[in-house]
Amino acid sequence: MVMYEKTAEHFGQKFKDLPEGHLLVNLGPSHPATHGILQNVIQIDGERVVDTESVIGYVHRCFEKLGERYDYNQFLVCTDRMNYVSTPLNNIGWILTVEKMMQIQVPDRVTYVRMIISELSRIMDHIICNGIMGVDLGAFSGLLHLFHHRENIYQILEKLTGARLTTTFCRVGGMERDIYPEFQSEIKLILKGLKPALDEFEELLIRNKIFNERTKGIGGISSERAIAYGFSGPNLRAAGVPWDVRKDDPYMFYDKVDFDIPVGEDGSALDRTLVRMEEMRQSMRIIEQLIDGIPEGPYHADVPHTFLPPKDRVYHNMEELIYHFKIIMHGVKVPPGEYYHATEAANGELGFYVVSEGEKSPWRVHVRRPCFWYYQAFPEMVKGGLLADTIATMSSLNVIAGELDC
Amino acid sequence: MKEKLTEFIQTQWKDSLLPQRDINTNLLYFSIQKESLPTVVQTLKDHPEFAFTFLNDLTSIDWLGKREPRFEVVYLLRSPSNNHFRFQLRVPVGEGESVPSIAGIFPAANWPEREVFDLMGIPFSNHPRMERLIMPDNFVGHPLRKDYPLEGPGQDYLIEDLLTIHVEEDITG
Repeated sequence: MVMYEKTAEHFGQKFKDLPEGHLLVNLGPSHPATHGILQNVIQIDGERVVDTESVIGYVHRCFEKLGERYDYNQFLVCTDRMNYVSTPLNNIGWILTVEKMMQIQVPDRVTYVRMIISELSRIMDHIICNGIMGVDLGAFSGLLHLFHHRENIYQILEKLTGARLTTTFCRVGGMERDIYPEFQSEIKLILKGLKPALDEFEELLIRNKIFNERTKGIGGISSERAIAYGFSGPNLRAAGVPWDVRKDDPYMFYDKVDFDIPVGEDGSALDRTLVRMEEMRQSMRIIEQLIDGIPEGPYHADVPHTFLPPKDRVYHNMEELIYHFKIIMHGVKVPPGEYYHATEAANGELGFYVVSEGEKSPWRVHVRRPCFWYYQAFPEMVKGGLLADTIATMSSLNVIAGELDC
Repeated sequence: MKEKLTEFIQTQWKDSLLPQRDINTNLLYFSIQKESLPTVVQTLKDHPEFAFTFLNDLTSIDWLGKREPRFEVVYLLRSPSNNHFRFQLRVPVGEGESVPSIAGIFPAANWPEREVFDLMGIPFSNHPRMERLIMPDNFVGHPLRKDYPLEGPGQDYLIEDLLTIHVEEDITG
């Protein structure tokens, strides 16, 4: 209670002299619908939202500061814990930035696998977002229906990396290990099952009258306001702006595959859900184009001072032993410079801004995490609506506390 | 685009431009005086050809012991109509100085500026609400500063503080 009293004091200026009949409601910090630990102080008049204030920082771990302490490979485990719903996308974003700084060209095989895993992660993320949105609005079966397919993707990640949640998928110069023999056939099987499941999900949840009426026109934002607030990803596209880093500033082989950018009309909660549904289908389309063409070859670039050599060579070869020791003790050597690299994560533009002074650790790491930018528009989006609609708005924005606070 | 923009900025704001270091970077960048920042940003946003209508990123760097002045605030602007071209504006700031806020030009700058204030300790003038965003209000210091100890002196203070609150709560409740 003391903490809440402090909060009321803190917002004393903003919510001073509440008109009669107005109430202050704390939504969060721990509430099933807040998607992590964050708080919204909402001023309501009956059921109507008059004003809100968001409090973030409950899961802040100061990753940017840790980035200045860890070496480039060590920081990879921090990126896992940012958007924990689609971890490989964060890993890939970070590693691509470091590789660009070091001017390392990875083999095509690595890029193919990274792209496939990226798109699978996007599907994973969207399944959670759309499924949990149903749960928040009172429909549980939709999430259960798709969760089985998400679990299948997790099993792929488990076989590939040894971990399910914190995958630490890439390494500077390649991947931690090669793909396993059944990789392609298993993914094809997943896609085969996922396609009808998405259609069924749409029938089950999105065409449901209650869901439709609770999301249509709710929590909308115009394209101008979305741009002004720095929106990106599905939330921006739902407002009718067809921007996608994969098309606008292509990285990996995204300029060589065919896919469309779905856009919405009014940026409402329903539009955001529909855009995510279509994005899952487009991701499947990208995977289908890549899955049979994974080229043969090594799973890492030929950069001895960067990539850990195979163990059998370390045990019998002095040079390899030295490389192994140097990488473990001193990390990779990144030339001095500054770099900003953006990737299209499931939530939008994920950018890493790195300042290197040529030392073991970066001088400065900054993460442009998409959640942070659009959550500040939340008060504007829910003002004037019903209290129950704030839940739909927040769910459809896909606010991930780990990414928001970083 | 690079040449055009460079020429435009060099002719328009010749006096505001500061000498630039040679940085190995993938972005075009300009160092400018902090007083001219809002004008430059507003002009580039409204310019029909350049149209830098999207604030892509906003952060800061602490150059403690390496360069003077100590801090740099970095703005990344993007022009969607010019093939999503990005460039950087860098504003050097000394300790105890403030930077004019651009939250009036881009609403998106509101939280990132508060974050910079909270974690790096650089205040922004004319900001609608210059308060801590991420750390608790009673937190001491700015953790992203290079001289802030990694173990954190604020840590003991905070835990102690939280403990007292809970003890008092137990006693009174």
